[in-house]
Amino acid sequence: MNWILRNLDEILELTLVHLALSVPAIILSFVLAVPIGWVAHRYAWSRGILLTLCGLLYAIPSLALLIVLPALTGQSLRSPANLVVALTLYGLAVIVRTAADAFDAVDPDVRQSATAVGYAAWGRFWGVELPLAGPVLLAGLRVVIVSTVSLVTVGAVIGVQSLGSLFTDGFQRGIAGEIWAGLIMTVVLALALDGLAVLGGRLLLPWARGGRRRPRLVAPDPTLQAAEAR
Amino acid sequence: MIEFHSVSKQYPDGTLAVREVSLQVPPRQTTVLVGSSGSGKTTLLRMVNRMVDPSAGRVTIDGDDVAGTDAVKLRRGIGYVMQNSGLLPHRTVAANIATVPLLRGWKRHDARERALELMDTVGLDRSLADRYPGQLSGGQQQRVGVARGLAVDPNILLMDEPFGAVDPLVRRELQEELLRLQRELGKTVLFVTHDIDEAFLLGDRVVILREGGEIVQIGTPAEILASPADGFVADFVGADRGRRALHVQEVDGRSLVVDADGRPAGVLAR
Repeated sequence: MNWILRNLDEILELTLVHLALSVPAIILSFVLAVPIGWVAHRYAWSRGILLTLCGLLYAIPSLALLIVLPALTGQSLRSPANLVVALTLYGLAVIVRTAADAFDAVDPDVRQSATAVGYAAWGRFWGVELPLAGPVLLAGLRVVIVSTVSLVTVGAVIGVQSLGSLFTDGFQRGIAGEIWAGLIMTVVLALALDGLAVLGGRLLLPWARGGRRRPRLVAPDPTLQAAEAR
Repeated sequence: MIEFHSVSKQYPDGTLAVREVSLQVPPRQTTVLVGSSGSGKTTLLRMVNRMVDPSAGRVTIDGDDVAGTDAVKLRRGIGYVMQNSGLLPHRTVAANIATVPLLRGWKRHDARERALELMDTVGLDRSLADRYPGQLSGGQQQRVGVARGLAVDPNILLMDEPFGAVDPLVRRELQEELLRLQRELGKTVLFVTHDIDEAFLLGDRVVILREGGEIVQIGTPAEILASPADGFVADFVGADRGRRALHVQEVDGRSLVVDADGRPAGVLAR
């Protein structure tokens, strides 16, 4: 406890560094996964290949990936960019399948009726398919957020500073408080980003709240009718 | 006028959905395509806005082959209403109705005004404008679907079993509403259904299709009931049995019309 109080500044600084490593990786994996998932959804022949390849990424041990990547990207081993690239790849492994499922989940009737009223392919993607894939994409994003924030700590082993540095340092110097600080702040950070994602979803996908399955033959909702009567 | 010139549709797996159909859909009238599933009625309807391209033959609108038009532009000029309304669940009622005006580049404000106007036209309370389709009843959703189809005041309205998924009471209400609208608006309506009662109620002309996509008979409901082309049609419209085989029975000095099962259908007016 004493250690934590004496080192609040350092903990805060490492938290910000941790954030700066996680957020780009999360955004990159999300932005890359959407088109890959769409292609896997759209072209049946590509699905198996893409999903297997992305899934295999996760099988690469993280330390090995961090050490091999600089040879491919030209970045130095300890650069933040090296870590961000590795985290993006792991993020892809987590979210690409979900992204493909998200596009699969778009009601074919809705897609077809959008075409029938005059949506061109590009407009339909942005105006119909992407927003309707939103709820499932958001679910995938939340998993990526949590897994990425926790994976960032591995970077500490090769010398990229983050909250993980509190683990390695605390472990070497036998300071339990330091390890606890790293652990707690990692969890807090993951929860905070997850909360932001949920909030963003509420704002961007207001229609998805409550039962989002399209009611076909449902009786009128009595609560709504009551609201209407008022 | 929409014209089908000996169109056929064969799918890659070999099934023939439509066989050599020639048909004229007169303007400002309701033409109903009726048949059981597999009779190619929906396929025919979708050829009009190029959701399906015929494998042989031509479809023309006012003489112009639709194959020569830009499909997206064509669709933005033709009203389309489908089963389960096909509304965009992530757009509000008003935004759904305004879909085509917005695609055509209208200003948001104008499109919304138009949407509210159309809500009046189809009998929806304006207070529903900012609801999402999932918050509406099936009948209300279908009204939104019709309003969307009318949004840019198209000459042609394609309706693909629009009332197929609502309960019978609401269906009846929507059918009456469509008849009223059609009296006011006089669109060229091409309507698809498998329900012969609906076809007779709504159609100025009824086209009866058989499995395999062949036309068996075209005529007004009265013509078809009076002289069914063959046994298939007679059977399909149920001319000889049940509710349609009516006869008159004298009861207490009044002429009661009863069906084949002896259930009274009404009283003969003098």
